[in-house]
Amino acid sequence: MGYLRRHPRAVPYLLIAPGLIWLGLLFVVPLYYLLSTSLQSGDIYEGFRQTFSWSNYSEMASQYRPQLVRSIQYAAIATLAALVIAYPLVYFIARRGGQWKSLLLVLLIAPFFVTYLIRTLAWQTILADEGLIVGVLRDVGLIADDGRLLATSFAVVAGITYNYFPFMALPIYVALEQFDGRLLEAAGDLYANPLKAFLRVTLPISLPGVFAGTLTTFIPAMGDFVNAQLLGTPKQYMIGNVIQSKFLVVVDYPLASAGAVMLMALILVGVFLYARALGTERLTG
Amino acid sequence: MRGLRRFLGRHLLTAFAILGFVYILLPIAVIALFSFNDPAGKYNYNWQGFTFQYWREVLAIPALRDAIIVSIEIALLVSVISTILGTLIALALVRHLFRGRSSTNLLIFLPMSTPEIVMGASLLALFLNLGVSTGFVTILLAHVTFCVSFVVVTVKARVTGFDRRLEEAAMDLGANVTRTFLRVTFPLILPGIGAAALLSFALSLDDFVITNFTKGTVITFPVYIWGAARIGVPVQVNVIGTMIFLIAVGIMAVGVLVSVVRARRDRAIAAQAVEAH
Repeated sequence: MGYLRRHPRAVPYLLIAPGLIWLGLLFVVPLYYLLSTSLQSGDIYEGFRQTFSWSNYSEMASQYRPQLVRSIQYAAIATLAALVIAYPLVYFIARRGGQWKSLLLVLLIAPFFVTYLIRTLAWQTILADEGLIVGVLRDVGLIADDGRLLATSFAVVAGITYNYFPFMALPIYVALEQFDGRLLEAAGDLYANPLKAFLRVTLPISLPGVFAGTLTTFIPAMGDFVNAQLLGTPKQYMIGNVIQSKFLVVVDYPLASAGAVMLMALILVGVFLYARALGTERLTG
Repeated sequence: MRGLRRFLGRHLLTAFAILGFVYILLPIAVIALFSFNDPAGKYNYNWQGFTFQYWREVLAIPALRDAIIVSIEIALLVSVISTILGTLIALALVRHLFRGRSSTNLLIFLPMSTPEIVMGASLLALFLNLGVSTGFVTILLAHVTFCVSFVVVTVKARVTGFDRRLEEAAMDLGANVTRTFLRVTFPLILPGIGAAALLSFALSLDDFVITNFTKGTVITFPVYIWGAARIGVPVQVNVIGTMIFLIAVGIMAVGVLVSVVRARRDRAIAAQAVEAH
């Protein structure tokens, strides 16, 4: 304690040291090893050598281009769908929730505490061929009599949309919740109709939340492989499926690492653009 | 005309919100419903008949029971370690201006914005290159790594809203630094720390992707489900899913009620003070 009183400037460094050392050793250093592994060649029988060859990257980019493109497409559609569903819902909770606001929010978040895999398997049941939804859609003729939902791109995107929904909903909710309702009254007093008031007042104020939500939904969505595996077929596989099977099934560590590095590089570009636009303070809330 | 439009606007939004909640809760309803199903074969996809059997025999499958025990052990340890590490960082970020602040913010944000598969793959790359054999300890190390950032964000939100004058008052009344922290600061940020601990517990319990890379031969609850998904998931998994939902709703509802009661009490005290004045 005496030391701290004499050196008050050391206090923050002592507070952050244990956590940052942990993250340094188990987050930053592993990324270095990922990069280094991606520049190795060889196989599991003969061993892997550091060859600094970029062939893993070109192989990944050429051979698995469909999966890479699909990941971006699925993640983009799922992010957009989550935005369209989440915005009115959290707008309702934040502006019309009244005294029930907190409890509605609990109802919104609680489902996502149920184990991710169990939730995804529930979608398997919901979208199954003999399930209710497929039956109704076949009856009204929206899909053919032998049409399916499960094992299609639709099922995979629907699963991704659902599973990452809170990442979209919560930042928008925080943005909408913080803003002063009197601004809307003022807009009304100044003869703005509700639509105009929404477009000129509410929407701009909620944009940082929309931006944050988009980023935090898109990133994990792009790396997902569970939905494609449980709700799709190999025709719907994404880059995550390739990385996971190369790593854990085929045991081609260098190629799998190259895939993971490419994914991470794409995402880092996004994060830095985001940090430049909004500043680092916003990053951790 | 304007009235009609307003009426429509109002009810359109309500209708949309109801549909939204149906969408959010539908899978949970399915999970709960099928926890009472009595499936004919090993696949629990079609409704066959109502039974309480699997709620009574929730721990009857030894492999599933062991997986749950492993998951809970890991989640408890992860929750303790990551809450300590994260709370210290949150205190530093809110209370102190120091060189390296923005890099610290960035280092906290990055793990949250790294896809799980990249984090899992990089940890496995580390363990492979260093010759560390994967298992219980490596799962623990991995889980703490992704939980710390969430703890920082959760505790930070609480510490930011904290009135520093309370600490100054304690100091003016003769409390030293340690006493001020233990008697004033700590109790005030305790709800934030509690929320962060619960969140890390839940995140650890839920994780499959990173665990899959760092597990070795250890089987956690999600790893068990993944394995069972191919051969038919036992009904007990639905029972546990339903229980997790009910526990989550229960804990959060209690949290909401406590804060509502507190706010009311504070308002009452303030009103009395004004009257007495």
